[in-house]
Amino acid sequence: MSLKIEDLAVGQEIGKRSIDVTRQDLVKYAGASGDFNPIHWNEAFATGVDLPGVIAHGMFTMGSAVQLVSDWAGDPAAVVDYQTRFTKPVLVTDTTGTDAPGAVIEVAGVVGALDADAGTARIDLTVTFEGQKVLMKSQAVVKLA
Amino acid sequence: MTINPDLQGRSYPAAEVYDVGREKIREFARAVKATHPAHFDVDAARALGHSDLVAPPTFAIIVAQRADAQLIEDPEAGIDFSRVVHADQRFTHHRAIVAGDQLRAELHVDGVRAMGGGAMITTRAEIFTLGEDLQRDPVATTTSSILVRGEGQ
Repeated sequence: MSLKIEDLAVGQEIGKRSIDVTRQDLVKYAGASGDFNPIHWNEAFATGVDLPGVIAHGMFTMGSAVQLVSDWAGDPAAVVDYQTRFTKPVLVTDTTGTDAPGAVIEVAGVVGALDADAGTARIDLTVTFEGQKVLMKSQAVVKLA
Repeated sequence: MTINPDLQGRSYPAAEVYDVGREKIREFARAVKATHPAHFDVDAARALGHSDLVAPPTFAIIVAQRADAQLIEDPEAGIDFSRVVHADQRFTHHRAIVAGDQLRAELHVDGVRAMGGGAMITTRAEIFTLGEDLQRDPVATTTSSILVRGEGQ
């Protein structure tokens, strides 16, 4: 797939995705990223620092949300800029031993801006958990072919 | 414990080399639930014009957080890691990170702002490779703000 700026319009939807998250996913992310903060895998530690429970790494949420954009762009290297603010935690309940997810993150993307000179499209992501936005100003800039 | 206001403007030189391996790219991609073949299949990555497997867009966080650790572990900084909350993050890619890259990161403390009893600290990691003649080839710039919560926050 090759995206062309003339085929895109501001406000156009690029798709939606649901991301199931389990405690095991957070352990995998901790290992892959090197971020071993126990608030992301230990209930007693998390509640001991006044969190409601184990929460996902903000970078897990940011990293998994952008896959919608990578797949839409057709090449992950086309994502030349990506930013977000972390506003609310994603609480991941312990569903170990069952098939149920511990949390479900919903991601939707729209074309937020087009820059014909730079040949880029800005994709604005809406990322929610239990109906509330967990990322704000989540924007990925895609270099178009 | 209070945050040292003199941190602003400080920089930490590139301390170590991060060797980007194929299996690490695959592992990180699985961990963020990425399925694009350019992260897993060398032929698929080459078909898109890349020299090797392409790292996911947030892969540079590994290198950036290692650089940040120099600041957080600096006893002069006065940062209690258990009170740190990640507030925002940005990645600007000058080119894609691919397997085989040898990355270095120079950390800059761009901002220190008191907030309540705590502080918001903004850091920037300039990630680059060194060419044969030791010139820097920029790869990515990452910026990150962390909120260090004060007592009772």
